[in-house]
Amino acid sequence: MSINRKELEEIAALAQLNIPETQVSHITESLNQVMAMIEHINDANTLEVTPMAHPNDAWQLVRQDEVTDSSHKNELLALAAHADEDHYLVPKVIE
Amino acid sequence: MSQSTNSIDWEMVIGLEIHVRLDTMSKLFSGMKASYGASPNSQVSFLDAGLPGTLPVINHKAIEYALRFGLSVDAEIPSVTVFARKNYFYPDLPKGYQISQMDDPIVGKGHIVINTDDGEKTVEITRAHLEEDAGKSIHDKYDQYSAIDLNRAGTPLIEVVSEPQMSNAKEAVAYMRAIYTRVTHLGICDGNLQEGSFRCDANVSVRPKGQTTLGTRAEIKNLNSFRFIEKAINHEAKRQIKILESGGRIVQETRLYDAENDQTRSMRSKENANDYRYFPDPDQLPIQITTAMIDAQRAHLPEFPEAKIKRYVADLGLKLEDADTIANDLNLSRFYEQSLAQSTAAADFNAKFLLGEFNALLNTHGTAIAESRISADHYAGLLDELHAGTVSRKVAKQILDDMWESGQDAKGIIADQGLGQISDSSELTVLIDQLIKDHPEQVASYRSGNEKMFNFFVGQIMKQTKGQANPVQTKQILEDKLNNE
Amino acid sequence: MINLSVRAMSAMLESKQISVQELCGVYSDRTQAFNADTNALITIHAELNAAELLQAQALLKQGGHPLAGIPLVHKDLFCTHGVKTTCGSNMLAEFVPPYNATVVQKLSDQGMVSIGKANMDEFAMGSSNEHSAFGLVSNPWDLSRVPGGSSGGSAAAVAARMVPIATGTDTGGSIRQPAAFCGITGIKPSYGRVSRYGMVAFASSLDQGGVMAPSADDCGLVLSAMSGHDPLDSTSAQQPQFDWQKPKTPDSKGLKVGVVSAWIEDLQDEGIKQRTLEAIAQLQANGAELVEIDLPHADLAISAYYVLAPAECSSNLSRFDGVRFGHQTEHVTDLESLYRQSRSEGFGQEVQKRIMIGAWALSSGYYDAYYLKAQKVRRLISDDFKQAFSQVDVIACPVSPEVAFKHGDKSEGVSMYQADKFTIPASLAGLPCLSMPIGFTQGLPVGLQLIGNYFAEQSILSLADQYQQQTNFHLQFPEAFA
Repeated sequence: MSINRKELEEIAALAQLNIPETQVSHITESLNQVMAMIEHINDANTLEVTPMAHPNDAWQLVRQDEVTDSSHKNELLALAAHADEDHYLVPKVIE
Repeated sequence: MSQSTNSIDWEMVIGLEIHVRLDTMSKLFSGMKASYGASPNSQVSFLDAGLPGTLPVINHKAIEYALRFGLSVDAEIPSVTVFARKNYFYPDLPKGYQISQMDDPIVGKGHIVINTDDGEKTVEITRAHLEEDAGKSIHDKYDQYSAIDLNRAGTPLIEVVSEPQMSNAKEAVAYMRAIYTRVTHLGICDGNLQEGSFRCDANVSVRPKGQTTLGTRAEIKNLNSFRFIEKAINHEAKRQIKILESGGRIVQETRLYDAENDQTRSMRSKENANDYRYFPDPDQLPIQITTAMIDAQRAHLPEFPEAKIKRYVADLGLKLEDADTIANDLNLSRFYEQSLAQSTAAADFNAKFLLGEFNALLNTHGTAIAESRISADHYAGLLDELHAGTVSRKVAKQILDDMWESGQDAKGIIADQGLGQISDSSELTVLIDQLIKDHPEQVASYRSGNEKMFNFFVGQIMKQTKGQANPVQTKQILEDKLNNE
Repeated sequence: MINLSVRAMSAMLESKQISVQELCGVYSDRTQAFNADTNALITIHAELNAAELLQAQALLKQGGHPLAGIPLVHKDLFCTHGVKTTCGSNMLAEFVPPYNATVVQKLSDQGMVSIGKANMDEFAMGSSNEHSAFGLVSNPWDLSRVPGGSSGGSAAAVAARMVPIATGTDTGGSIRQPAAFCGITGIKPSYGRVSRYGMVAFASSLDQGGVMAPSADDCGLVLSAMSGHDPLDSTSAQQPQFDWQKPKTPDSKGLKVGVVSAWIEDLQDEGIKQRTLEAIAQLQANGAELVEIDLPHADLAISAYYVLAPAECSSNLSRFDGVRFGHQTEHVTDLESLYRQSRSEGFGQEVQKRIMIGAWALSSGYYDAYYLKAQKVRRLISDDFKQAFSQVDVIACPVSPEVAFKHGDKSEGVSMYQADKFTIPASLAGLPCLSMPIGFTQGLPVGLQLIGNYFAEQSILSLADQYQQQTNFHLQFPEAFA
C-alpha cells in the first residue's frame, strides 16, 4: 500500500491539516514508509480471530442519572482564543 | 438513459431517522444537567467541552430508556452493545467526534404498526442506537461569526432508523406520529417538538412505479414538526422528479428544509464530512445487557394506544372515534382514566362530555390538557352532578367556565349560585297548578287539540325557574295536569 | 541526601531530621541548577504549592504516610489544576487546565509535593524526546545522547537526581525505554490499574500512567498511592488498590521466569546481550527457575501498533481544533482555515504524521484491511502471552535493542519505530511491565524488562526489588550531577 499526492490531500482533509507544497513529497514518502511497515500485519493468519478492541476483559461500568456537576462557563470561555461573554466564536458557518 | 417523458408514474420511497431526546436528569456521559433552555454554555462540563484528559461514563438511565423503547417496538435486544466514535469536524462538536453506535446498537430489528389510508401497515425498524447530541451554532448573532452554545452537547438521544418503507408523505407522518406516541407513552421523552426533543431526518428518493431498485436519495435534515415533514417530503420528491424528467441525475446529499420558503437546499457545510471513520470508542468497554435489565424495563411498559382503544370500545362502550382520540393522547387518556375512577357517570357519557364541552373550553383558552386549570377530580365532580340530574348540560357548561376561573369545585359553585335543578316534584306541582289557574284560555286551547300549546307551558315554567326546572319532570307533571282534568 | 530511597527520606521527615521545605528545597535547587543541561523540565515551580506543603506536613504529623513530603514531577501530559500542561506541544503551550488528573490528585492527597512538569515527546509520540516543542532533552549520562521517550524528561530528571520520583506514561514503551536509557527503574502497570482521567490521551486503549524512580521499591510505594478504580474512567479496573509489599529477602525461589532465547541471541549490541544474560543469571542465582517460552506473533506487534495507536490518536487529537482551547492561528479566513492552520501550526511533524496514518487506517476502504486486521493481530499477541503465563510467572526480556543514541541519529524513517519491538507487545496485551537498570555498556545504562500477568505488579516489582537487593546499578547516577 502506498499513497499518491491526491490521496495525501484526501487524508490531510480528513485530518484537517495543511500540507505545504514544499513538504508534499517528503510527507508522502514518510507516510509510505510507515504504510510499508504496517503491511506486515498481513503476514498473520487471522481467520476466525476476534478483533481485540481493548485489553480489559470486563464490562462497562455505569453511572446513576444524577447531576453532579455545575456551570464552568467562565473557566471554559476563558480558555478559548475567541469568545464573547456567552459563546465560543468561530468564523461564520453557512449551513 | 430514457429521454424526458411525462408518462412515467413515479413513486416515493421514504425512510426516516428520528432523533428522540431522552428525558434524563444528567447528560449521556457527564454529570452535567441536561435540561433545555439554560443560559448559553452554562450547562457544559469539562467533558462536554471536549477538554483533554476527560473521559465519558455512561448514564444508566439512558440505557434503560433505550431498552424500554426497543421492547415497545418488539425489537431484538442484543446481549452486548458497544459505543463507537463518528469522526468529523464541526464547531458544535467539541471532541471532533460524536459518541454514537455503529455495530451492535442497543436496539436491533423491530417494527411498528401505522394507520394509512389503505388500513394498517407494518413499518420495520432497522435499529435504534444511543448517541450524544451536538451543541448549537447560532448564526444570526453576528455578521462575521457563528456563536457556539454547547449546552445541548452530550444530551442523550436515541436515533430510530426505519427501513425505507413509506411510500408517501402521509405514511411518513403516520410513522413519525406512531413513534412519537410510543416514546411519550413510555415516559422516555418529553415530546417537546419546539425544543427539538423529537426531530427527524427524512431520506427521500423516487423511482418509476414498478421498479424494484431504489433511486438515489437525498437526506432532509432536522424536521421538527409533523406539518413540515409532510411538506418537505412532498417538495423534495417534486424536485427530484423534475430533475429526472429533464434527464438529470440526483446527487446524494444532505439538504435542509426551509419552512419559510417551503423549499429544500443543499447543506454546504456537510459536503466533505462523508467519511466518518467509525471505530469502537476506546474510552469505553462493551455494555452487557442482561435479562434482568430487560425484564426490569418490560415491567415499565405502559398500555399503548392500540390496546387502549380496544379496551375503551370493548369494555367501556366508547365509540371507536372517541376511543381513538382519547387513547392517542397520553395526557388526555390519563385525565380521562383518572376522572373515570372518580366519577359515577357512564364512561361513554364522560368521553362525549370530555371531547365536547371540556375540549371546547380548553380550545377557548388555548390550553393543553396537561395544563388544564380544572383537575380531573373536579371534572369528575361535575360529571356526578350531571349524572345525578342536579344540573343540565347547558348549566354544566356554565359551571365549567366558573370552575376554570375560580378553581372551585362543581358542588360549591352550584350551592353558591343556586344552580341546582328543581327536581322536587311538589315544588314543580305548585308552580304548574298556579300556571294553569292563571292561563285558562291557553288551557282550553290545548285541551281542544292545539298540542303546540304544550310548549307554551313548558316555556313559562322554564322562564319562571330561570331554566332550573328539571325538564323531564316538568313535562311529566304538565301532561298529568293538562290531560287529566 | 540526593540518593536516598523514598523510605529513607520519609524516615528523615518523620523524625524531623529534615523538614518538607528543606527536602523540596534541595531538589528545587537541583532542578534550577541542572535544567540547562538536561532540559528535563518544561515548568519549574518557582514557589511550591502552599496547599501541598500543608497537606504534607499534616500527614507527616499523623504518621503512616510514606509519601508525605516527597517531591516529584509530573510528566507534562497530566493535567494540573492552575498549572500549565503543555503535552510538549505548541498546541497546548498556554493551556492551564481547570482540573487535576486523578493521578495528580491522588499523589497530592498523599502529601507528595510537585516541583515541576517534565518534558516529553509531543503528545507522547516518540522514543527520543526530540519531538518536543520545548526543546530536546539530553541524557544525563551523555548530554549528546537522547534520554529515550516519550517520558524522556521524567527519566532524565530522575537519572540526574533533579527529583526522586517522576510520573510517566507508557503507550508503546514510553516509560520502559527511557528508564532503560537513563539507568533508572520505571513501571507501566496493567492497563486499567491507574486512572487515565486527566491524562491527555494519545491512544486510549494503550495509554497507562506509571512511575519512574531509582528503585523498584520507590516505584511500588508510589504506584500503590496512584492506582485504584476511578469512577471518572470507565476503563479503570475494578481491582482492589495495589498495595506494594517489599520482599524481605532476595530469595526468588519458586518463581518461574520465562525467557525468549531468540530475542537475546538476536541482539546486535554485544554489551546489551552480555548485561541481559548476566541479569538473567542473577535472577536464577536468586532462586528463580528459567523457562523457555515462545511469543510467535510478537514480531508483528510494531506493525499492528502503528495502525492502532495512530488510529486512536487521530480521533483523540481531533478536539484540538483551535476553537475552545489550545492554539488558534492568526490566519483565519474561514472555518476550514481556522481548523487546518491552527492544527498545522500547533502540532509538530511527528504528531501530524501519526494523525494522518490513523485517519487513513480508519477511512472507508481501509478499515477492515488495516484497523480490524491490526485488532486481530493484537488478539493473537495477547493470546501468546496468555499461553506463556500459563507456564511462567514473569517474563524477562530486553527493553531496547540499543543503548541511548546520539541526538539526530534517528530523525528520519521508521528506524525509531523498530527500536520499540520489545516494549510494544506487552503494551498491546495491556500487561504490567517494568524496566530496571542492569549495568552499563560503553558507559551507558542497559535495562532489563520484566513483564507480569494482568494485575501481577507485585510479582515483577518483587523480582526487581530482589535483584536490587543484590545489585547496586539502580543506585548509580552520572558523576556530573553529583
